[in-house]
Amino acid sequence: MPPVRRGFDTADDAGSPAVTALGAAHLVLARDLKLAFRKRSQLVQPLAFFAIVTTLFPLGVSPELSRLRPIAAGVLWAAALLASLLALELLFRDDAQDGTLEQYALSGRSLTWLLAAKTAAHWLLTGLPLALMAPLAGIALGAPNAAVPGIVISVAVGTVALSLIGSIGAALTLGIRRSGALLSLLTLPLDIPVLIFGARATELAIGGEAYGVPLQLLGALAVLGLTLAPLAAAAAVRINLE
Amino acid sequence: MSDFRLKGENVHLWRGDHHVLRGVRFEVGAGECLQLTGANGTGKTTLLRTACGLAYPEGGEITWRGQNIRADMQAFHAQLAYLGHEPPLKSELTARENLHFWIGVRRRLPRRELDQALERVGGNQWADRPVRTLSAGQKRRAALAGLTLMRVPLWLLDEPTTNLDVEGQKLVGSFIDEHVQAGGVALAAVHHELAVSRPESLRRMELTFD
Repeated sequence: MPPVRRGFDTADDAGSPAVTALGAAHLVLARDLKLAFRKRSQLVQPLAFFAIVTTLFPLGVSPELSRLRPIAAGVLWAAALLASLLALELLFRDDAQDGTLEQYALSGRSLTWLLAAKTAAHWLLTGLPLALMAPLAGIALGAPNAAVPGIVISVAVGTVALSLIGSIGAALTLGIRRSGALLSLLTLPLDIPVLIFGARATELAIGGEAYGVPLQLLGALAVLGLTLAPLAAAAAVRINLE
Repeated sequence: MSDFRLKGENVHLWRGDHHVLRGVRFEVGAGECLQLTGANGTGKTTLLRTACGLAYPEGGEITWRGQNIRADMQAFHAQLAYLGHEPPLKSELTARENLHFWIGVRRRLPRRELDQALERVGGNQWADRPVRTLSAGQKRRAALAGLTLMRVPLWLLDEPTTNLDVEGQKLVGSFIDEHVQAGGVALAAVHHELAVSRPESLRRMELTFD
């Protein structure tokens, strides 16, 4: 399409003050972070859920650390996965309802980048706090202090993959009311490898063993998600906007 | 001579079993505003959404500047502004913040320009208040400020005067006047006649159920 002249500014107009795809994505990220801090209840919900689940386990199983330690990795990861899922339903919903997603789709910028930025915001607001909270929960479940770096890294990398996989499910179920159950059905099977490798890395870290291999596999899943999930989410959002 | 021209040729679109757009033809060029009228459910919004590429027509084609809009959708979208029923504003952000993020995704927006646009829509008093505290008319005015800030040649407007008082409706008319005088193109779905000062630039098209 030829460039536009006559005082109109568009992306293809020479000398136009258009922003780059990265600049636009940065703005979307900043906006979502600002919005999240204005709606703190949504911010706290997954973290509270994670804290409650990991606190209830010692009460339900046994207060003895020797009995809790073997199940600590599994408890941490199941709680982290469900907490991450809890916030996913809202990932694109508000923006779809108020027309923001439409404006993104019509902005002349790459929708893939913009949705990747929204997913990054989701991870910063859910995955990263979970990764920072996980060692506390881990120690309460009998993990040694030496396992803290392993727990933080594995949960941080794993939740990147969970957020990316979840973004596809959130985009696919955008047009469905009360889509929580369907979203879980769609994403949980894809989350299983993340759960397996994440729990294994955490388990090895708690046991004081080398956890590099499962962590690398977790990283590979995150990279795979990073390359494919925003594309798939953008395609699903376009279909749902129709 | 500008080549800005939006053209729909024999556009057909179904919603399930309902044949909403039945071979619709329209054409609107530089310096013109096409006012779409019609009863509720005749497909005004659907036509606008099809024209901006949000809805896929099952038949026919829509061209912009002589090229099918689907040939390079991203370039086409960079040249249009679409304003739907609801202003795309976040209730937790102020009107100023909303415009900063909304328009900022498309182009760099100097603060002075943002201030001027808000001033034009009468936003001095409420631009720094959270949108949830604004009236429907004020939200619409904020969205109109966003429309002018995009500086794109094609405007697709769905009920742009909704919730606006008489002054607000005149403001919409003056914005459209300025836009078409600058050589822009506008397609507006309306229930009430647009208050433009140059009626010669306004063309009308009515959608019916037949």
